[in-house]
Amino acid sequence: MDEQVKVSGSLRHRLAVSLIGGAAVLSVVLYGVVRAYAAQIAQQGQDSILAASVTSILDAAVLREGRVEVDFPYASFSMLTTPADDRVFYAIYRDETLLSGYKDLPLPSVGEGGGQQSHSDVYVGVPVRMSTASRTLLGTNVKTRITVSVAQTQDALSDTLNGISRNVASVGVGFFVLVVLLSFWATSITIAPLKRLTSSVTRRGPQDLSPVAKPVPTEMAPLVASLNRLMARLNQSLTQSEDFIAEAAHRVRTPLATVRSHAETTLQRVEQDENRQALRAMIRAIDESSRAAGQLLDHAMISFRADQLERQELDLVELVQELVLRLTPVAELKDIDLSLQIDGPVPLLGDPILLQNAIRNLIDNALKYSPSESVIAVCVRRDPGATVEVRDQGPGFPEDEIDDLALRFSRGHNAEGTIGSGLGLTIAQDVAVAHGGSLTLSNLQEGGACVIFSV
Amino acid sequence: MRYLFCLILWLWPFALVAQDSSALVWEDQQLFHGAGYDPDAVEPGQQFRILSSTDTSFFAPIIASYLLDHPRTSVEYLVAGTAEIDRIFRDSPGGFDLVISSAMDLQFKLTNDGYAQPISDLSTPEWAQWRHSLFAFTVEPAAIVINRAAFAGQALPQTRQELIEALRARPAVFRNRLGTYDIRQSGLGYLFATQDARASETYWRLMEVMGNLDTRLYCCSGEMIDDLASGEIAVAYNVLGSYATARAESGETLAVVLPADFPTTMMRTGFVPRQAAQPDLAKAFMRHLLNLQSGRGARDGLVLPPLISAGAGPQPPTISLGPALMSYLDRLKRETFLQEWVSAVIQ
Repeated sequence: MDEQVKVSGSLRHRLAVSLIGGAAVLSVVLYGVVRAYAAQIAQQGQDSILAASVTSILDAAVLREGRVEVDFPYASFSMLTTPADDRVFYAIYRDETLLSGYKDLPLPSVGEGGGQQSHSDVYVGVPVRMSTASRTLLGTNVKTRITVSVAQTQDALSDTLNGISRNVASVGVGFFVLVVLLSFWATSITIAPLKRLTSSVTRRGPQDLSPVAKPVPTEMAPLVASLNRLMARLNQSLTQSEDFIAEAAHRVRTPLATVRSHAETTLQRVEQDENRQALRAMIRAIDESSRAAGQLLDHAMISFRADQLERQELDLVELVQELVLRLTPVAELKDIDLSLQIDGPVPLLGDPILLQNAIRNLIDNALKYSPSESVIAVCVRRDPGATVEVRDQGPGFPEDEIDDLALRFSRGHNAEGTIGSGLGLTIAQDVAVAHGGSLTLSNLQEGGACVIFSV
Repeated sequence: MRYLFCLILWLWPFALVAQDSSALVWEDQQLFHGAGYDPDAVEPGQQFRILSSTDTSFFAPIIASYLLDHPRTSVEYLVAGTAEIDRIFRDSPGGFDLVISSAMDLQFKLTNDGYAQPISDLSTPEWAQWRHSLFAFTVEPAAIVINRAAFAGQALPQTRQELIEALRARPAVFRNRLGTYDIRQSGLGYLFATQDARASETYWRLMEVMGNLDTRLYCCSGEMIDDLASGEIAVAYNVLGSYATARAESGETLAVVLPADFPTTMMRTGFVPRQAAQPDLAKAFMRHLLNLQSGRGARDGLVLPPLISAGAGPQPPTISLGPALMSYLDRLKRETFLQEWVSAVIQ
């Protein structure tokens, strides 16, 4: 199952990158828009002050005996005071003649309407903002036009703009940082259901093929539906194959019993030594087959029952005693002493059929591998948990295979010549696990195997 | 032809000298040398020129204290009237390393016209500088200076209104014995007059009264105070307070009255020209000057009033350094104002 999954990109990264990238673009746009807007407002402010200055100068222009007097107020220039000490330039023209002020100030052409106009220009090498307006003075027989321009450098304006830019930049950076944090949060929120599904699927037991029941977000519904269908199909085919094996084993066992009884009867009648030998070998093979078929049946039954465990109150000691009693004749055939050690009843909630089957398999194994005239000790204990321990004086488990022996159809390399299917330990382990316990295999120091079955 | 050419070459320096001396007539011209001055080994770039409207006696202590720290430096100190300074400087903006004048408006306009270069690392209050180029270093009120003899047994007038009443009460005493600036010649006089006129109509009434009494017109504070001290005139209006105070302390004859109705207070300002030959020396001197005048150095023996006096508020009520100073320098406005003034004072 450790197959490498092909990975291309990460949903979390894609989501985070697109959110952060969007935030960065938005921050830059925000900066640009606010700065442009602020520049416009600041420029309007300067324009209106320049316009007021021009108007106040223009209003002071009077025509007296053909001469133009412009006694403009002190405020005309004092209103142009700025924190950055901006320089001020001005020019007063009568028609095309300079009356006073800076003679080389670049004057825009003002239309006949005399409307106020502002524009940016460069004077003595510095950028200035200039406001210009004109007015027609009427005297007796005289009509003259006064044009006034007031220009100011833009140091205070750029100071203000720099201040605004700094503030807007920090707002933009703050906004960006906030969105980055939010995007991490949003990403983990979005990814969470996927993680929950993953962990719920990962934590399932090996037999659990039930559909995912927890609600999932809409976008994940098709995936989960497909997963559920896949598991249902898998479950069905597993069940079918187990049913098939059970059916096959069952069908094989009955004819085998018939064949065996025929072979035994024939053995009684046959006199010739070679023929008897052949018949014995036949009976032995039949035994092996029927035992394998039995165990396959047992295993199928256990797989089925373990899924829907029927627990009932029982006494483990009673159960083991009955088993030992039943197996004693088999042990006596091999001159093996089957000794039972108990110390009081061990009450338990469990499936008696499964437990019986499991423990019988363990004792069967011990009988199979024990030499003649040896002792098999079966201990039933209550502490620390309900435990059945089976020890024999046989060759023990091969050390290098001890971890794999409980796998299906796996037999120790010393099992040759012994009847067996390799399902015994598997059945015992499945039962122990179904009851929430375990099966521990070990070798005794004085020789022989020890199996601890705890539930 | 060749002889003629040689003659011209030979005469050329004389012509230059003649032109130079005719154009620049200094009220005073002095050269100050530090202790380390060696006439045989004059280093170039160790001498700078100050163009100033301030009497040498007021500035000598400052230059002396500067030369203590810079013994190898020499300072040429040239004195001219405020209006002259504006003319001289505009003619040769590269000829001076420091321009000091009491005519704030003219100094302001020079700075606004781009003649001054900024000095970035000078620490001075915001109100005492403009564009970090024009720096104020004194705060000096315009005063009414009175010869006590003329007011023997009478209370001294404390406001312009009281002065008008005093003049009207005894026209015989004051006829032809009053003095003020000829604002057509003096830049500082013009500044004081325009600021007075801006502040109150009382100025025009005073000028009319003074005009009726045949006021004498002066180019400079110094001469006015000389005539006051000698008893030639009894009252001088809008005299520079600092000059008068210096005299008043030495003798008992003069009383300096700062008008209580509204003060007209100017600041002496200086800047380093953009085309200065020795800007670094001039800047160092400016730093020294501001340190002394801001009370950050020993003021022993200094006679110029400081920029910041102990106990003064955040900003003294001075004429502020701003574009408004250019208003009365406008040709049209100046013509109108002078016309009015002449018709009031000269009649």
